[in-house]
Amino acid sequence: MNAILTEIISILYYALIAFLVVLIIYNMIKTKDWKKEIVYVIILIPFLLRLFMLK
Amino acid sequence: MDRKDIIRKSLIGVAGLVVMTVAGISFYQHRHYKEEVVISDQVQVKKLADYFPELSGSVNDCNIYMVEGSEPGATIMVLAGSHPEEPAGRLAGWILVEQAKMQKGRLIVVLSTNRSGTTVTRPSGAYPQLYTIPTAWGGQKFRMGDRWTNPLDQWPDPEVYIHYPSRQNLAYMDIRNLNRAWPGRANGTLTERTTFAFMNLIKQEKVDVVIDLHEAELQYPVINTIVTHEKGQDLATMASMTLTDFEGFSIGTEFSPVNLHGLSHREIGDNSDAISLLLEAPEPFLDATRGITGEKQLLEGKDAFVVKAGKHGLLYAPIDENGWPIATRVGRHTSTVLQILQSWNEFHPEKEIVCEGVPKYKELIEKGVGAFLIDPKTVDKGKVIFE
Repeated sequence: MNAILTEIISILYYALIAFLVVLIIYNMIKTKDWKKEIVYVIILIPFLLRLFMLK
Repeated sequence: MDRKDIIRKSLIGVAGLVVMTVAGISFYQHRHYKEEVVISDQVQVKKLADYFPELSGSVNDCNIYMVEGSEPGATIMVLAGSHPEEPAGRLAGWILVEQAKMQKGRLIVVLSTNRSGTTVTRPSGAYPQLYTIPTAWGGQKFRMGDRWTNPLDQWPDPEVYIHYPSRQNLAYMDIRNLNRAWPGRANGTLTERTTFAFMNLIKQEKVDVVIDLHEAELQYPVINTIVTHEKGQDLATMASMTLTDFEGFSIGTEFSPVNLHGLSHREIGDNSDAISLLLEAPEPFLDATRGITGEKQLLEGKDAFVVKAGKHGLLYAPIDENGWPIATRVGRHTSTVLQILQSWNEFHPEKEIVCEGVPKYKELIEKGVGAFLIDPKTVDKGKVIFE
């Protein structure tokens, strides 16, 4: 039971990351400010690294 | 969005992707780097999942090296890599596997007790991903690890970690700390399932003594010592006195607190017939006041800031400009393990364990760690095992 719960929580966590990745990319596309675009890309890197299970 | 915007956003996006790819390749290579271990004819290699099949295929299904003597005797198990950011333990384990010639009894060595922890370094810690031990044949690379299970293998952490079965509250991240997860449980987290598998191994193989190899920052009070379960007090004290008198280095004895749960020296002793001991050597690399956190510092153990902390009375172990080189730290571990075997024989002459070929403290300082690592290119492929 414990292991199943842990697995479900992990899946939800990765789903949350994927959702945030989509939001960050959406905001990056929408903004007109180039400085914000750079910030969005910097923020995106750790989320993608985790989503692709690299770090 | 006009054409100019699209080009700018694309360029920024591509730059981000390049940074992510470079970092990602580096992390991937570290996580999948294969460390080589050379085994002799005396060594049999098992897997941890042999003792708990549910662990099969997981990152923590580590190798179990069994070095069996020609005559029966005691079974001693050495755990290295419970905390993979403490490399002296793993290197001492490597030397035991590659050099030990057992006459009597059986030596079981684990090099990656928390294998997942060997595949990541501390986030934001600026740790080197790999380190090289110089050898006559060019050097051997090892993965630097972290204190905790890789978050890629077990995540997220809870607000508070409630240890099983004691229900003691511990720091949240220690749910991924293998040395806070003993004795483990079959349906728990990866870390708990790992310690559960080790408990099965200890019981099935009728291990007499478990020795867990660690290193500690000099600002941590439990250092240069053997921590012992009450069952091992005679053994640890005898080993400590003998080492301090005859080996040229000082090592103390601490008793495992009865109410501090999850640690190997408490739970293995409480939950099996084995005596559980834990060795701590000094590692300035781990000190909070350290300077540059690089490979040189890791291997030479020299740090001007830690020395300064010592001058202000903030340390529990001495340090000077010579530091704590890796050979000194590994030598403390090999000598202490050998002395524990010797002291065991004095208490249990009917069930002796005799191990030869393993270098002691002075020999390691004189020749260096690399002198006792075997070049994998000089042996048959079947004798090379990957960690």
